[in-house]
Amino acid sequence: MIDKEQLKEFVLRLGDDSLVLGHRLSQWSSNGPFLEEDLALTNVALDYVGRARMFYGYTAEIAADGSTEDSYAYNRDCRDFTNLLIHELPRGDFAFTMARQYLVDEFSLAYMKRLKLSRDKTLAAIAEKAYKEDLYHLRRSTSWILRLGDGTTQSHDRLQNAIDDLWGYTTELFEMDELDQEMSKADVGVDVASLQPEWIRQVTATLSDATLTVPANDWVVTGGRKGIHTEALGHMLSDMQFLQRAYPGQQW
Amino acid sequence: MSEEVKSEQEVLFQKRIDAEEKIEPKDWMPEKYRQTLIRQMSQHAHSEVIGMQPEGNWLTRAPTLHRKCILLAKVQDEGGHGLYLYSAAETLGISRDELVKALHDGVAKYASIFNYPALTWADIGAIGWLVDGAAIVNQISLQRTSYGPYARSMVRICKEESFHQRQGYQIMVTLSQGSHEQKAMAQDALDRFWWPSLMMFGPHDAESAHSAQSMKWKIKRQSNDQLRQKFIDQSVKQADVIGLKIPDPALKWNADRGHYDIGAIDWSEFARVIKGDGPCNRQRLQHHNRVHAEGAWVRDAVAAYEAKHKQRSTRAA
Amino acid sequence: MKLYEVFIRSRRGLDHKHTGSLHAENPQQALEYARDIYTRRSEGISIWVVNSSDIVASQESDCESFYDPHDDKPYRHAAHYQLPDEVNNM
Repeated sequence: MIDKEQLKEFVLRLGDDSLVLGHRLSQWSSNGPFLEEDLALTNVALDYVGRARMFYGYTAEIAADGSTEDSYAYNRDCRDFTNLLIHELPRGDFAFTMARQYLVDEFSLAYMKRLKLSRDKTLAAIAEKAYKEDLYHLRRSTSWILRLGDGTTQSHDRLQNAIDDLWGYTTELFEMDELDQEMSKADVGVDVASLQPEWIRQVTATLSDATLTVPANDWVVTGGRKGIHTEALGHMLSDMQFLQRAYPGQQW
Repeated sequence: MSEEVKSEQEVLFQKRIDAEEKIEPKDWMPEKYRQTLIRQMSQHAHSEVIGMQPEGNWLTRAPTLHRKCILLAKVQDEGGHGLYLYSAAETLGISRDELVKALHDGVAKYASIFNYPALTWADIGAIGWLVDGAAIVNQISLQRTSYGPYARSMVRICKEESFHQRQGYQIMVTLSQGSHEQKAMAQDALDRFWWPSLMMFGPHDAESAHSAQSMKWKIKRQSNDQLRQKFIDQSVKQADVIGLKIPDPALKWNADRGHYDIGAIDWSEFARVIKGDGPCNRQRLQHHNRVHAEGAWVRDAVAAYEAKHKQRSTRAA
Repeated sequence: MKLYEVFIRSRRGLDHKHTGSLHAENPQQALEYARDIYTRRSEGISIWVVNSSDIVASQESDCESFYDPHDDKPYRHAAHYQLPDEVNNM
């Protein structure tokens, strides 16, 4: 049996994943390569921040300690965040953003498809919504992988570099710690390890269509779920949490 | 084309406008009407797009997740409005690339209000409340402008903008009910944005260079001063309700006119900011230039991919 | 990029209506951007996009020969026919 603390920690992880990536995506607003894409990227950012609010809202509900969605976003430090590292990496150029998005979309779609079946009704409902969003996200990011990979030499090289720089962070997507195993056993969470073969198959197919090379598995960085982050996260938080830290306890 | 035929067309054109009929893209129009529209619509479009920057500067620092979503959606709307207006301008036979180039070359202008910095969170409130508020007064009037595509994009823009002013005002309401520091922050934002907002309507009617002809062609439907007055009258009460003070000692209700009188607008500041001496002029254009240049390889890739793809499918067929 | 025109059906039972335009490199991309730009507030349930240069439009110079000849055929309209008072609707 899973207890309240375990469920809370599990949901909080998903909230952190969503918020951190949504925040990175939001950094494209007024920075897109052309207006149409600027708007489209902002839609994806809004989906993720929206998702974070649902997960954090549920976390607060489970905690039942007077906390709110904002308590989790604004009042925790770097070591308290438990997102997977790939989500927090700085925005980078458009190739990096799209490479990350594609790798995450392939994962997230498969993940949400399973989470829809969760015995936890709230999680299942959030996943239902997220799954639909992911279908569209993946359609977009796949197109971009093809366009950039098979576009110009420059776009190909930029995208290949991005994939290379991201590859070592993808292993973490499929790691199962004790909590993941318990949640999966209880049919509340997802057996992410089981998603890996299909993910590799899909990603390999798309990258090869895009004339890109699947990198070798010669480096792996993990630690997000334990609060061991890249240095980029602290800067992101100091920016994001500035007002709540400078003027604590106020309404906004 | 002979002079006589041309003037006959011009008479017909003015008749149509006088009868409140819209001018549509394929219609004959005086070259100067076309040029005036391109100037005004592109300036409007550039303003929307440059206007994403001061607020975009707070996207990563929005104080709550709810505010973050609202601000993201709002800044996105501004981009959308720029896009609608560029598209409408394209019906006049000019491309978006040409319009953007004119902006980068300094030939085309954007609203000078966006050369002011958004320094505190309260500025996000003041921009929504006052800057969008002023823009909406102008845009509501432009829903009746004589050029069809411009009028139609204004209708869509006004529909979407209706939440922009409210979200800004709501920020001001919240701040003015908050701590002493928050209230001071709100008052400071009002102090800095009040006068520049009034300047957004442009010079007084007597000094407005383009107004008379634009009114005759019904590109403009109400004069700068009429629109400004409308904005002043509505804003005074809104400030009062939340206990903020409009920074104008001369502000006074004039019962005879049925309007508020205000002190003198400092037009030398307006001229300075337009000329390039506003706090953020250089950054705004540099940002736009940089983003446009950084996006070039992406746009090239899209075109290259499409060309390859087409070639392949032709070969396959 | 090319200019595309966007048509949106806002509800079942209604026609697609011209909503605006956008830039895209191909029809698929145009469709996706139309979704991202013109249906953000749930304005539509179906989208058409068409390359602007594929639209054939009547010209202002055609007006006299195209439309004026239709002005003198009132018998095409129901209001042209008077009914006996007893029959108030048909």
